[in-house]
Amino acid sequence: MIENPVIRQGLIVAGLIYLLWSANSLEINWTRVSAGIPRAANILARMFPPDFGRWQLLVNGTLESVQMALAASFLGMILAVPLGICGARNIAPKPVYLLARTCIILSRTFHEIIVAIFFVKIFGFGPIAGVLTLTLSSTSFISKMLAEDIENMPPGQIEAIRATGASFLQFLNYCISPQAMPRYLGVSIYRLDANVRHSTVVGIVGAGGIGQVLAASFSRYDYDFSMAILLTIISLVFLGEFFSNWVRSRLR
Amino acid sequence: MMMKNSTRENNDIWRRFNPRETIIRYAWYVSIVFIAVWALNNLDIPWFYFLDAHIQAKDLIVRMWPPDLAYASELLKPLLETIHIATIGTGITFFIAFPIAFLAARNTTFNSVTWLIGRMLLVGSRSVNTVVWGLLFVAIFGPGPVAGIWAIAFRSIGFMGKLVAEAIEEIDGGAVEAIEATGASRLQVLSFGILPQVLPVIYGTLVYRWDINIRESTVLGFVGAGGIGILLYSSINQFLWREVSLTLISVFGVVLMSEFISAKVRQRIS
Repeated sequence: MIENPVIRQGLIVAGLIYLLWSANSLEINWTRVSAGIPRAANILARMFPPDFGRWQLLVNGTLESVQMALAASFLGMILAVPLGICGARNIAPKPVYLLARTCIILSRTFHEIIVAIFFVKIFGFGPIAGVLTLTLSSTSFISKMLAEDIENMPPGQIEAIRATGASFLQFLNYCISPQAMPRYLGVSIYRLDANVRHSTVVGIVGAGGIGQVLAASFSRYDYDFSMAILLTIISLVFLGEFFSNWVRSRLR
Repeated sequence: MMMKNSTRENNDIWRRFNPRETIIRYAWYVSIVFIAVWALNNLDIPWFYFLDAHIQAKDLIVRMWPPDLAYASELLKPLLETIHIATIGTGITFFIAFPIAFLAARNTTFNSVTWLIGRMLLVGSRSVNTVVWGLLFVAIFGPGPVAGIWAIAFRSIGFMGKLVAEAIEEIDGGAVEAIEATGASRLQVLSFGILPQVLPVIYGTLVYRWDINIRESTVLGFVGAGGIGILLYSSINQFLWREVSLTLISVFGVVLMSEFISAKVRQRIS
């Protein structure tokens, strides 16, 4: 990879020095950490067998998570279209392009949980904050992909349709949409799958879904129920990924 | 699916879709809208919360401005801690994800049982969010950066392992065969036939994951697993909004910087 042996060895040494420095600067309570191994065994022992006794809570939470993901993906898909078009350099005017790109970057930087906290402050506890959080992140993700897709289009078709004297709507309908649609649908389906994954975690700050149930069970040391929830989440994510792969392979 | 080429059904006007395609297209639209409305409807959203939302939002913004610059000196250390958590966590991932990826790739695994075990480990690791791993490791190691490091590592193993396993499955079999033909042991085949071919992919994904991990480690503090999140959470809970806004600005800077570094490094590698 790196031809020069001095640089190669130097990088390894630099990595080791960094490791020492960072381990020193982190305030680690080693006595507490060394107690971790027996505690891990204890927690693991209490996790088995998983307790599916309160399956109603489990089903309700899971259903809420899935509904949040579906609603957020749909809203994100719709909102991403205008934002994506505005964020494409080759068809949007410069100020519009810059504004749209700023929106996309701003909403991408902050982790979902930080965004969720603010929506919880504004809209109160419950799935509403979760839906809005996931909508925001889906919008920025899909519109970024859409904008890049439009920017990568060959200029020939764009020029050809413009040369017919097409209006902007006709231009979008006959030039942009046929070229961007397959990938846009693929990205949206991928986002649905990602939203299912993220919907399991926004609940930790009170934004609804299965995450809320999980956080509650963890804080009550109710580990066998936590394990049941974790297993449910894993199978849900697995199913979502399977579904998204299947749809995307059919789209191609 | 719906992107069939145009057909000339009636002679006078050109249409992109023939009637049958149009009906199928609208059926798709209606069913997607139907599912979305069903989902939103079932969530029991109290819509009247939207009535005063803009007032609440405005109130927050007014309280957040201007950022409390005096607070900046306290932010430096937790920000560094956030970066350390992400970096060390990603480093640990490298060593754990690697053997699992070999188990999970069809052409390097021992038999179908080990393949299944490898795949299960990767799926399990990937399905559990970093913050949920954080909850678990805080229960084990107590609050602090150690829990955060392991949370980052455990979530990244699935991500790295999956991509590396895919890269291993796509390697050039000729080189491997050539090395096998020299009578090399299994370990030698791994290190001279397979490893050199997947190393660029590994470095690329490692740097990419590091960038994601920086973002993830900014919120690990919410469950007590170290980093800037601890301060952010406590400022929010004490309604110190001017501290919150400064913290958010600093998080924004760090995340942008990591994204920039990762993009530059990946450009160099590929």
